[in-house]
Amino acid sequence: MHYSFLYEQQGPLMILVGELAGLPPGESVRVQGEVAIAVFNVDGELYAIDDTCSHQDASLSDGWLEGCAVECPLHAACFDLRTGQPSGPPAKKPVRTHAVSIEDGLIYVHESTRVTVGGAVVEEVG
Amino acid sequence: MEHITVVGASLAGLATVRALRAQEFEGRITVIGDEQHEPYDRPPLSKEYLAGTVSEEDIGLTDSDDVELGVEWVLGQAASSLDNAGKAVVLEDGSRVGTDAVVLATGARARQFPGGCPQGVHTLRTLDDARALRSELVPGARLVVIGAGFIGAEIASTAAALGCEVDVVEAADVPLQRPLGAEMGAVCGRLHARNGARLHVGTGLAELVGETRVTAVRLTDGRELPADVVVVGIGAQPNTEWLAGSGLEIDDGVRTDEQGRTTIPEVLAVGDCAHSYRDYTAGWLRLEHWTNALQQPAAAVAALLGREHSAPAHHSVPYFWSDQYGHKIQFAGHRSADCTVQVEEGDPDSGDFLALYLDAEERPVGVLAIDRARPFGQWRRKLAKSR
Repeated sequence: MHYSFLYEQQGPLMILVGELAGLPPGESVRVQGEVAIAVFNVDGELYAIDDTCSHQDASLSDGWLEGCAVECPLHAACFDLRTGQPSGPPAKKPVRTHAVSIEDGLIYVHESTRVTVGGAVVEEVG
Repeated sequence: MEHITVVGASLAGLATVRALRAQEFEGRITVIGDEQHEPYDRPPLSKEYLAGTVSEEDIGLTDSDDVELGVEWVLGQAASSLDNAGKAVVLEDGSRVGTDAVVLATGARARQFPGGCPQGVHTLRTLDDARALRSELVPGARLVVIGAGFIGAEIASTAAALGCEVDVVEAADVPLQRPLGAEMGAVCGRLHARNGARLHVGTGLAELVGETRVTAVRLTDGRELPADVVVVGIGAQPNTEWLAGSGLEIDDGVRTDEQGRTTIPEVLAVGDCAHSYRDYTAGWLRLEHWTNALQQPAAAVAALLGREHSAPAHHSVPYFWSDQYGHKIQFAGHRSADCTVQVEEGDPDSGDFLALYLDAEERPVGVLAIDRARPFGQWRRKLAKSR
């Protein structure tokens, strides 16, 4: 389950997460892309978001899954896994979401790339 | 009810305002705060803000949505009394704010070392405190922290990472004995020495040495520790003196029921200043926990407005965290004196672990974890269910 690595290719970074069988419903795993990414299995649907909470340094893959939301394990900020939006305080900013695909029983995350000009994020490509 | 006044403009005050609007109170809201600043988050003051990795803007609690709350802010003025059976708040400058209801969210303040202090001696509670301390924590500075509680330990940790020489002085034989007990207090206390700070236990502060500026601290055991900067971290006390004569029951904070109701109708208290009944312990507790300040106001507002309110069960389990030397310490529940500690996973001697506190009937009533956030979250919920 933990043999994640990067595929450099055209377009978004593609990260092998591991076998689908290794991530049963209700479970989550952290993989390393350009930044750490948390992957969740919610009743068979897979979601991927940035792993680091937008509030303060905490790993969302360690959080509590409640429906389609994850609660940060430190300060209880909740994020919608589908949109990355926080549902309320203490988080003010969303986290990025990433596309997930399954091929031959393996899970891949397609990391959203950031287009930056002079260090500032001007556009995010999903 | 047309006008509600919130006294206190920090996390509990802001959470009260947000809850009032979320629960469809459409009348006037006035918020009175004794600091000049708009609401900001205090936990980073001893950590990321002190370390210089986050800015004042980053720790602001309000966002663009809060403009729609339609609040009248009265900042930089403390309330000086609660008058007319809770129907008027008198401010420092003598002006009166007439109101239909009051939510008290005045928080707590850092306990000061009695007597005058030379320059270079700090407490840490407010943004202004943190600005002043931050400017003095330069590499090589000799810092003495009086008190190895959570605030003291976090400041020591941040200062050590900034390159300061750090001594921590704790009057008890073991740090954090009251919240965590001797066994786990000792485990947390060992983090200091492992990370280059010296912990001195069983000795207290006898005297601050220095004419205009502090040069050393003399300890009760006779030793003298050289110091360029001293932080006094000996706890906090609730801001309730201004309520003397109001008719409220004051006993280490404002006594309230589970929902924050006081002995005066339409006066409620929330957050650090509230000494509230807690279902979890079947007794009264005054909590200085960030999570309590964030979550308690919604229940109080519901009680005030006569609304239904149901919070997730685990919100009833007291919870706090501390960041020290790169480790996340988390505790949920409540430790009583007769608790025993049982390590569930990991090893306290070598690193990350999770331990349960069992009461006399061997039921889990508390959980402590260092760097085990995931099972900690699960145990926090199990504690709620076991009640």
